[in-house]
Amino acid sequence: MGEASGAELEALKRGDEATFVDVIQRYHGPMLRLAMAYVRDHHVAEDVVQETWLTAIRALDRFEGRSSLKTWIFGIVINVARSRRRKESRLLPFTALLRRDDADRRQRTVDPSRFTAAGDWRALPNQWDNIPEARLIAGETLQRVKAAIEDLPPKHREVIVLRDVAELEAGTVSDMLGISAENQRVRLHRARAAVRKRLEEYLG
Amino acid sequence: MKCREVVELMTDYLEGALSAIDRHRFEEHIAGCDGCRAYLEQMRITLSQVHRLADEPIPERVQEQLLEAFRSWKSTGRSTPS
Repeated sequence: MGEASGAELEALKRGDEATFVDVIQRYHGPMLRLAMAYVRDHHVAEDVVQETWLTAIRALDRFEGRSSLKTWIFGIVINVARSRRRKESRLLPFTALLRRDDADRRQRTVDPSRFTAAGDWRALPNQWDNIPEARLIAGETLQRVKAAIEDLPPKHREVIVLRDVAELEAGTVSDMLGISAENQRVRLHRARAAVRKRLEEYLG
Repeated sequence: MKCREVVELMTDYLEGALSAIDRHRFEEHIAGCDGCRAYLEQMRITLSQVHRLADEPIPERVQEQLLEAFRSWKSTGRSTPS
């Protein structure tokens, strides 16, 4: 998924339907996953994606392209999703929000019992390059990844989705979330390590 | 550098955020350690698995509704002439 070019923005401003369809298709998965970093319900997340596009369409003439189209759109997703979450949290306690951030660099992401007192592996991790491709691309594996991401603390979830699903640059993501580069990396590391662990439980 | 520490540097390594010295030590360790090399590979596969979530297709109905909104903006709702 490449960065949307300036040409793409110009085409949208001209009202080019093929470009619009291409962009909404390409961004749908990452936008939906990002919305679900804030609102749990799949239908609500789909509403967030729709509302984002409706907001973007209305604002398109005024958008000058100082950031990339992609960064702009994902920024709107975050705003819309956060406001939806605030509305919902008045009705329903959102316990995941109460979890602490965990962006502590010293905290280990691999179970300490996997290492000897000296810090070497007790038993080596398995080589995943031996896993049959069919197993890696199976829907079941994808479901595990989804579930692992949904179980992350929200602050880790938003970072892994923006970086690894939407493939935004590290600097863009730190700016969007108003966090330091270091903090962004710590959250990303903890998120990736948690997903790896869940995959290991499944793949061996 | 011990395996226990190396696993915590995986993301810094993949992000190119290690200092030249740490990067060298990291790579030296990885070259001689099957366990950490396997773990790094697992991290890379994890990233590609996470990226699969990007492929979720847009529902037909949603695409139609959005395209409708785009058309109506194009025909009536423009705030500036093109």
